[in-house]
Amino acid sequence: MTGLEALADRLYYLAAFLLLGIGTYTLIGSQNLVKKVIGMNVFQTGIFLFFIAAAFITGASPPLLTAPAPYVSPLPHVLILTAIVVGVSLTAVALGLIVRIYDEYGTLNEETLREVQADE
Amino acid sequence: MSDLAPLLVALPVFGSVVALLAGLARDRVGWAVAVLTLVVQTAVAGTLMADVLGSEAIRYVVGGFTVPIGIELVVDGLSATIALLVAVVSLGVLAYARRAGPRSNAFYVIYLLLVAGLSGMSITGDIFNMYVFLEITGLTAYALVASGDGGRSAIAGLKYLLVGTVGASLFLLGIGFAYIATGTLNMGDLATQLAEVGYGSPLVLAAFGLLVVGLFVKIAVFPLHTWQPAAYAGAPDSVSAFISALVSTVAAYALIRIVFTVFGTEFLAATPLASTVLAAGAVVSIVVGSLLAVSQSELKRMLAYSSVSQFGLIVGAVAVGNVVALTGAAIHLVGHAIMKGGLFLAVGLVNDVTGARTVDEYAGLAKRSPVGAAAFSVLAVAMVGVPPAVGFVGKWYIALGAVEAGAWPLVVVIFASTLLTLAYFARVVERIYFRDSTETSGLAPTATDGGEDDAPEPVVSVGMRATVVAAAVVAVALGAVAAGYGDLLEPTIEGLLS
Repeated sequence: MTGLEALADRLYYLAAFLLLGIGTYTLIGSQNLVKKVIGMNVFQTGIFLFFIAAAFITGASPPLLTAPAPYVSPLPHVLILTAIVVGVSLTAVALGLIVRIYDEYGTLNEETLREVQADE
Repeated sequence: MSDLAPLLVALPVFGSVVALLAGLARDRVGWAVAVLTLVVQTAVAGTLMADVLGSEAIRYVVGGFTVPIGIELVVDGLSATIALLVAVVSLGVLAYARRAGPRSNAFYVIYLLLVAGLSGMSITGDIFNMYVFLEITGLTAYALVASGDGGRSAIAGLKYLLVGTVGASLFLLGIGFAYIATGTLNMGDLATQLAEVGYGSPLVLAAFGLLVVGLFVKIAVFPLHTWQPAAYAGAPDSVSAFISALVSTVAAYALIRIVFTVFGTEFLAATPLASTVLAAGAVVSIVVGSLLAVSQSELKRMLAYSSVSQFGLIVGAVAVGNVVALTGAAIHLVGHAIMKGGLFLAVGLVNDVTGARTVDEYAGLAKRSPVGAAAFSVLAVAMVGVPPAVGFVGKWYIALGAVEAGAWPLVVVIFASTLLTLAYFARVVERIYFRDSTETSGLAPTATDGGEDDAPEPVVSVGMRATVVAAAVVAVALGAVAAGYGDLLEPTIEGLLS
């Protein structure tokens, strides 16, 4: 029972690391460049969730002056807001490059691209 | 004088906005704006360097929040060195890029943003701030790599983006662990708080591992270097020179900061595994990087693998972690940036004059492109570590530090690395001077197809030749002042290690 409770306490961390695993697997395993970018996004989302889960305190209120103490830590939220902005920019640049690659070669498959490049 | 510190970041950001807006009104104004910005940037970095070398570090708190809550900028001898290096190299590459391109205005906007990211990384005293600058550096570097023509550079850029993002994300995850353990993000504050938490704590160990592996990706330590050869070979010549000279260098500087400012020598002493991992990364990187370099036929890929091997030396110095080795690391960081940047520019120059891109095509190059051939050879010899060039001084200090620490396996590898470096440069230099060109006409320069009347723009400008020659001269001249600089840096390094 205690093992199960300990697990329930850490459910968010479990989810965060599950997302990290899924993201990494998609990033490495998928042949499709768009899916690789999706994998990268899932990977980053895992990190975001990790930070936010770390800031949470059971029974605490949101960090507003009108709410009673104790508060959850507001700093990780701010950090992750920055990290999300960075993530969006990265996705935009990645998709821009993918459009160029598709225009040039007409494929998004990594294996095919490697063969085409070897022929050049 | 401490108010100068934030200018190092603000100036290039401002310059890039100006270049963007001015570009809307007039074409080809980007170069002038970039030069103006970087001249001022170099002056600011030089002033800061003169202020801090041999004296107290300058601390500046951004926005008036008190430390450790506010973001702090810290300029000491080491960070001022890197900031000055960034300013000088980016100014030098501009002289080359004016003719060699890419000529679009957008190129200079991104170029200045990259300078801002690199300068920020070198002077920040806040670990999350460092992550943000790391990502700014990354994003702009991906865009610059992809700025070449054709699909090859786009694929190289995307590959760099995917691998680089994983590296930066691991760095962020490491920050998360450190933050959960201590509740602070200021580097100086982290150092004391981490000691209180205890170096055996799983949170602290996980933070160290993730931060170091994240930076290994950015430095391109074997086997996390896979993005690098494609990125350097796929990018335009000026971009590969710029990125090879600075991006990995600043990441290696960040590694020194993380390992010594944040975790400290006591952590390394308490965790032998940490030093072992660093030393293992160094040894594998030096040996495998050199062997891969020997097996390349394309010059730019060979130089890329050479970087993998040279940064192995820097990581080795971090693993040794005494004053002499870290002084050597600082000297080699500067020296490598000048030499490798110069080599990439020389390769670009030779390519523009003769069209030669592979080792075999370099046969008899001395006759076809005497300036490029001579500069390439001088820089190659400097990189091997022949005195009095700066490549020798850096390696000498690192080896001396390793001997002092009794890290004998590392000593052997460092000396072997010199031979390995010779192995891949000697075959090129030998072809340049002692072999006749196999083909006489095939690779005619593109300029010859213009008529005599409409005098075509020469492919290679005076600025391009001057930059390449200047890099070669600086690489040799720095060797003379490097020892004196090492003495000046010693208080800073001692402060870092205490």
